[in-house]
Amino acid sequence: MTPRTEIRFLLNGRDMRLSNVSASDTLLDFLRLDQRLTGTKEGCAEGDCGACTILVGRLHQGCLRYEAVNACIRLMASLDQCHVVTIEDLRGPQGRLHPVQQAMVEHHGSQCGFCTPGFVMSLYALWMQNPDPTEAEIETALQGNLCRCTGYAPIIRAAKAVSGYGSVADDVLSRERADVTSRLQALQDNRRVELTKAESRVFIPADVDDLANLIQQHPQATLVAGATDVGLWVTKFLRDISPVIFLNHLDGLKQIATGGGRITFGAGVSYSDCGQVLCETYPHLARFWDRIAGWQIRNMGTIGGNIANGSPIGDMPPVLIALGAEITLRRGTDRRSLPIEDYFIDYGKQDLADGEFLEQITVPEPQADGLHAAYKVSKRRDEDISSVCAAFNLIVENGRISAARIAFGGMAATPKRASAAENALIGAEWSEAALVSAAARLSDDFTPLSDWRASAQYRLTVARNLFRRFYLEHSETGADARLLQA
Amino acid sequence: MKDESFKLDQRHDSAVKHVTGRAEYADDIPEPAGTLHAYLGLSTRAHANLRSVDLSAVRNAPGVIGVLTAADIPGENDVSPTGRNDEPIFATDKVEFWGQPMFAVIAQSRDAARRAALLAKVDYEDLPHTLDAGEARAQGGDYVTPPLKLQRGDVVPAQAAAPHRIKGQMRVGGQDHMYLEGHIAFAIPGEDDDVTVHSSTQHHSEAQHMVARVLGLNSSDVTINVRRMGGGFGGKETQMNLFCAVAALAAKKWNRAVKIRPDRDDDMSATGKRHDFVIDYDVAFDAEGKIQALEGNFAARCGFSSDLSGPVTDRALFHADNAYYYPNVLLHSHPMKTNTVSNTAFRGFGGPQGVIAAERIIEEIAYALNKDTLDIRRANFYGTEDRNVTPYHQTVEDNIMPRIIDELEESVNYQARRKAVLAHNAKGGITRKGIALTPVKFGISFTATWYNQAGSLVHIYNDGSIALNHGGTEMGQGLNTKIAQIAADAFGVDFARIKITKTTTEKVPNTSATAASSGSDLNGMAALNGCEQIKARLVEFACQNWQVQPQDIRFANNHVHIGSHTLPFADFIKQAYMARVQLSAAGFYKTPKIHWDRESGKGRPFYYFAYGASCSEVTIDTLTGEYTVDRTDILHDVGQSLNAQLDIGQVEGAFVQGMGWLTTEELWWDKQGQLRTHAPSTYKIPLASDRPRVFNVALADWSVNRENTIKRSKAVGEPPFMLGISVFEALSMAVASVADYRTCPRLDAPATPERVLLAVERLRDGA
Repeated sequence: MTPRTEIRFLLNGRDMRLSNVSASDTLLDFLRLDQRLTGTKEGCAEGDCGACTILVGRLHQGCLRYEAVNACIRLMASLDQCHVVTIEDLRGPQGRLHPVQQAMVEHHGSQCGFCTPGFVMSLYALWMQNPDPTEAEIETALQGNLCRCTGYAPIIRAAKAVSGYGSVADDVLSRERADVTSRLQALQDNRRVELTKAESRVFIPADVDDLANLIQQHPQATLVAGATDVGLWVTKFLRDISPVIFLNHLDGLKQIATGGGRITFGAGVSYSDCGQVLCETYPHLARFWDRIAGWQIRNMGTIGGNIANGSPIGDMPPVLIALGAEITLRRGTDRRSLPIEDYFIDYGKQDLADGEFLEQITVPEPQADGLHAAYKVSKRRDEDISSVCAAFNLIVENGRISAARIAFGGMAATPKRASAAENALIGAEWSEAALVSAAARLSDDFTPLSDWRASAQYRLTVARNLFRRFYLEHSETGADARLLQA
Repeated sequence: MKDESFKLDQRHDSAVKHVTGRAEYADDIPEPAGTLHAYLGLSTRAHANLRSVDLSAVRNAPGVIGVLTAADIPGENDVSPTGRNDEPIFATDKVEFWGQPMFAVIAQSRDAARRAALLAKVDYEDLPHTLDAGEARAQGGDYVTPPLKLQRGDVVPAQAAAPHRIKGQMRVGGQDHMYLEGHIAFAIPGEDDDVTVHSSTQHHSEAQHMVARVLGLNSSDVTINVRRMGGGFGGKETQMNLFCAVAALAAKKWNRAVKIRPDRDDDMSATGKRHDFVIDYDVAFDAEGKIQALEGNFAARCGFSSDLSGPVTDRALFHADNAYYYPNVLLHSHPMKTNTVSNTAFRGFGGPQGVIAAERIIEEIAYALNKDTLDIRRANFYGTEDRNVTPYHQTVEDNIMPRIIDELEESVNYQARRKAVLAHNAKGGITRKGIALTPVKFGISFTATWYNQAGSLVHIYNDGSIALNHGGTEMGQGLNTKIAQIAADAFGVDFARIKITKTTTEKVPNTSATAASSGSDLNGMAALNGCEQIKARLVEFACQNWQVQPQDIRFANNHVHIGSHTLPFADFIKQAYMARVQLSAAGFYKTPKIHWDRESGKGRPFYYFAYGASCSEVTIDTLTGEYTVDRTDILHDVGQSLNAQLDIGQVEGAFVQGMGWLTTEELWWDKQGQLRTHAPSTYKIPLASDRPRVFNVALADWSVNRENTIKRSKAVGEPPFMLGISVFEALSMAVASVADYRTCPRLDAPATPERVLLAVERLRDGA
């Protein structure tokens, strides 16, 4: 089939067909500059403030699903076959305000108003999923929205009150669901899309096999999944990312399969989707998961992207290393698997050949007697990059530690196992003294940096203390070992 | 006093526009055909001579129309707000901070301008740089503006006589405003010398004067319009002047509309912030913890130029007493020149740095005497009859602090909760708790006395609709809402009848910054004065027309009641118009009673004080230094509130912003002098999940301003910012628990998890 040379999507109610799209065009600029939909604001252009929050609806394995995302780092070409909903399209029955808007007005939820459209959109996405949220659920949904005026209290009050102003069933996106679904289905033609604008080239593969071919043909292409990292290359570093191969639309990379003592995640599974499955299997991750970025970023970002970019401060790699995960790399039709820790060679250097891409991640099911923990320590509790990220996986048999996998982020140029500390633990008695003494070996494993997130001294001190926390939490006296959080 | 119709829960007049995305900010204004975009070229050195700046690649970049340098400025290359001529728009022979503008590039799109701005080839000759105020002071560095000394009594004999004396130092970090809408100016050229600039500035009159000065024009040639800001917090008081001037300069040069809007990272690198302070204190006190003498030196990181550092550091000294009486006191400010961005106004304007020093001193005394900090606070509060003179010789006449503290202590069950906190900590667990109840007393008025004036312009059209302009700007605080309430109340009409739109230099001249919490106090009175002038004419007309006495005339419920006659307001206005009554007035107000002599350090700089207190309870994790704010209760004084919902919004928002200043908001410069926390990815303001788990805010509704302010209300913008100090002090107590409260933890601000953990380790090691 010949490639299509335009992207097709819905913007609010309208059908859009655009061919003049470059690799680095952002949705926010398109909305504000081309469409003059100025209700969506730019606060930071890096996905951290949420003033640009909009909804993107997409057929997810056949089912229409809307998610709150950041328009500032959402690249236009990733919108093929999507429904974009902006603040301008929100409305209640008979020209009245939408229930979310009404609640915000009645509860004095806006002051300067600049962040407000973004809050309204995040609360809208929450309300559609969960019309009666708890305060904790509201806070989680608002991790990616900054407000500098209100102190948030009136926004939380508004969020709790939304359902008093209308029901989800009466909501316009509910009522138009069947119509939008069929319109999006009509856009599905299983064709590759190729866009050319001046020097820029964009490829949107038809399926995973097409992706494999494209990567072989264009080994230097930038691969873009959720764009939560690459988006900043565009908006902050003004980097030319062309040619680009987009892969976030590929259902073939969004599969989650369980069985045979393991769970396999497609590399394109978002944090949000991954968390639902992984936290059920490994309950210790539940408290960790919602500290990864904010809600919008968890909806956009993929676990594959967090591994593939090789960042030393990503939160997934330490966890996956500790769990003993393997990754599968694919080149054409060839595939190879390796333990995830072997993928990270050095800062900016990964075990990835030309034409190869990360296809899936395999996590073993928990072993009996396994003791697990994952810790994230950051300056701000939510939506912050880790100062130190640590994951523990110990097997204790008959009171002795028989196996240890302990990995850290933020402590070295790559996510890395604490080998010296692990070796000190293996064979040792399961005791606080053993953990504390193993922690002392961390300075053999790591020489962390000082930067704006944390000093080397703090990183090393915290990393050591987390060994103690791990023991206390798994001992009988450890009830008071951790801050209580909503 | 207020009429019963005065709606205390009147919602923000733009609320519906906010939630629908229809509220227009400067970047949303439709651009005329041919609009150009400007972008600043910034230095990448903290201190260097400019050997050469080669802009040829910039000029030749795609889409570029031209560049602007100092040579293109027809007037003064200076935007220093206090006239010290120390703040060039474009650096010429040297740069004095990383991020200093050297030129602007004008292009057909913002993207093209932004890319081109990076192409300059600059040959720097590096010079030594000083980043820190303490370091600058130790080196005998320069002041950017004359320091202030406040003195009362004689500290030397008091120090000698006192049984206890402690010297210490506190470092207090700065703060970025992190307004959600960044800096922006959009200039449209007019005929002759005219230029109109739409901007997001808190001080449109100053922007007008600056643009005129830079362009070599008269102020009357320049119009500045502000519909609303997406947050200001002081960051848009003087800092917008440069952007307005660059946009206007380009607009006139190319005779096209020009917009300038820096990216967030450039905004945070190139514009000023709250001053960081290094505070040295020397306190002498008696066995009960009563302060006998205090000596304090307040060194501030001012940056490369004076900007507002003079009044900011002055205000730090004015608030170094917070709510406490110092029998003998000697305070010095040290406004240090550093090779960093020039620091500026930020909510509280130096006051918070003074207040937190006072609270540190209270802590020092409490830990030295093994007492509750609240007992030490009580022992030192200003009296009502005596012990009531401040270090600047103003008598505190309106002290309601004891009642505020007593009521809050009682309502939050402070004593029982403190016992529970001590009991929790006595268990010696990993988590430790702290509780603190801290007061705020904040002086209201600009210390630049001439700023305490305001104007308004009130029109009643002959259909009975009312348009009102005033000199204040709307940045989310609800100023326009409060002013419309005042006007509606004056004429006895519905709120919806009053139309207040953009603030513009065309309507009210020579306005002061909307700053110093003064917006409602000044502009509310000026608006009322305008309304009262028209009302007086209307009353005179009615007296003549209906042969009644003035006391027989009442404006209420959208009607005018004249003796036994009742007319709809609109009908009455129509008759007044037909009778040729002037239905327009320019209102004016100046704050009475205030005076200040900076040379002698004496006077009455403040019309009155606003009071408040908060009690916070926290839990810290002694393994990581992380913490939660478990509960905060606030009792705050706004006098007789003009709008309780807006006031509570200010209190809640200010508290969380103040808490952010003292917890997670950390400015971090690298050794080369580059600010590395320059966007929300690296600079962490509070999120919804950071606010206290239980958060109760109440207004002291019994408080009546003893001065004749608008409806006996009090200013609310800044004072509650300092309520966040209760979180900081509670964190400090939790840390102190690991050494049995025998050592003052001397936490520096912000108390990041790192600082908390390292303080815990330090106290455990007995250091």
